[in-house]
Amino acid sequence: MFKEMRAYKMCYLFIAPYAILFVVFTVVPVVMAILLSFTYFNMLQPPQWVGMHNYIRLFLEDEVFLIAVKNTLIYAAITGPVSYLLCFVTAWLINELKPKVRAVLTLLFYAPSISGNAYVIWRVIFSGDTYGIVNGFLLYYGWINAPIQWLLDPDWIMPIVILVVLWMSLGTGFLVFVAGLQGLDPRLYEAGAIDGVRNRWQELWYLTLPQMRPYLMFGAIMTITSSFTVAGEISNLVGFPSTDYAAHTIVQHLQDYGTIRFDMGYASAIAVILFFMMVVSQRVVQKLLNKVGE
Amino acid sequence: MASRFSIRKTRLSRSTGGDIVIILFLLIGGAFMVIPMILIISNAFKPLNELFLFPPRLIVRNPTTKNFHDLMVMMAQSWVPFGRYLLNSLIIVTLGTLGNVFFGSLAAYVISVRRVPGTKTFMSIVVLSLMFTSEVTRIPNYVTIAFLGWIDSLRSIIIPRWSAPLGLYLVSRFIEGMIDRSLIEAAEIDGAGDFRIYWQIVMPNIKPAWLTMIILSFQELWRTQGGHYIYSEQLKTLPYALNQLAAQGGVARQGVQAAVTLIMMIVPIIVFLINQSKIVDTMGHSGMAN
Repeated sequence: MFKEMRAYKMCYLFIAPYAILFVVFTVVPVVMAILLSFTYFNMLQPPQWVGMHNYIRLFLEDEVFLIAVKNTLIYAAITGPVSYLLCFVTAWLINELKPKVRAVLTLLFYAPSISGNAYVIWRVIFSGDTYGIVNGFLLYYGWINAPIQWLLDPDWIMPIVILVVLWMSLGTGFLVFVAGLQGLDPRLYEAGAIDGVRNRWQELWYLTLPQMRPYLMFGAIMTITSSFTVAGEISNLVGFPSTDYAAHTIVQHLQDYGTIRFDMGYASAIAVILFFMMVVSQRVVQKLLNKVGE
Repeated sequence: MASRFSIRKTRLSRSTGGDIVIILFLLIGGAFMVIPMILIISNAFKPLNELFLFPPRLIVRNPTTKNFHDLMVMMAQSWVPFGRYLLNSLIIVTLGTLGNVFFGSLAAYVISVRRVPGTKTFMSIVVLSLMFTSEVTRIPNYVTIAFLGWIDSLRSIIIPRWSAPLGLYLVSRFIEGMIDRSLIEAAEIDGAGDFRIYWQIVMPNIKPAWLTMIILSFQELWRTQGGHYIYSEQLKTLPYALNQLAAQGGVARQGVQAAVTLIMMIVPIIVFLINQSKIVDTMGHSGMAN
């Protein structure tokens, strides 16, 4: 045991700075937050142990939380798979093009997610007055005779948020797919051609996807974390809270209790539930991805 | 590069129908992506009367730099010189990104190249931590940072960043995907030490990984407003100051707001372009070497 450890002395030295910082700034706070979820903590008085009370309250007494869970699941079920497929398919198609064209297209597709709040431009596009781009055109061509309150009407809020989230969904995962695809071994394709891989679909399934495996799970986790935690975009587009909580998500609910009502124990309980939802979906996706290329 | 493509073109057939579908997909998708971006750029150059026009125009008709000029004037009146905000942002972005890439890749080397016992579990904890909402960890973090005496110091943003989960996870994926085990074994036989293998074999071979990581880290740190640990005005960042200017003033500041959006966007795009071109370069190069 000690001999083995001595052999890896250098390695422990390598990993130490990262591991120490990670434990101090991530592991300890997360464990604390999980413990806080069993307390009542208003940030002024010391936390009081309340057992499962926060969790019981969430599911039995908090109607808004159930709305938030429903909305979050809708977002995740729609934007998750769609944006994951978009990330991969776009990266894969771009990869076939010439380097110059590829660089331009990568920028084009990646640009929306590059700047934190570029998406507020959609507020101009869907503005409720006649200066809004969509309203302006619809009115000008006589399709409607009064501006539509896109960002206030509960019927429109959800579809618009989904549209905007998809617009900026080609982010981290996409970038990693692009870089990963460019690093694939060209020799494998030559060998594949000899082995009778005939068209691009077979090539994708038997050669590209198996090689891309390390990146596929990475992209999936990025997509899961981003699609389950949509919040800032919603607050900035349709207000916080949105009309009738039509776009309210779990993270928004958490922010409500954490930063407005100062009920940190309750907010932590929400974070724990969200965490389990993401872990479960990650496990499901992992099972699916294991089938790729077989 | 060119040879690689021509080889694949001649051996694998590509149906014309498929090509048309692909081109259509890229055109429609591209248009959906690019139209709002055009609007952002165009709005920054619109005079105020064109911003409020019916019917609205996508493209500016009488471009003006007045919005940027107004912004300059406001910046010049600032109590803290604007250079100071910019400097703070640059310090955070540079040190934060370098540390994130360096410490993350060192750890990834131990986990994915050396495969030291026990480190695999460590990595699954790192990946799991990506799924925990950070808003509820703020209070414990505040306590830690206060204990370390980093409140109201740029360290409170830079140093925690060095252990960002994404850095380790992303680099380790690229090591799995790109590093040939035989290369490592050959280096070991040659008697290369850990640091030499890391620095001279692993890092050059996973250039796309750290170039991508630089893009991602830069972009995230660039929009840092100062966090919850910084109170002094002279330690705040550029996005904080710009947003302060743009957020107030309602209709009259719409033009300035548009200019701010463009400025905030253009810097990460430039960094992206530089890094992206290097990714293409390296891949072409290693393709030849193979």
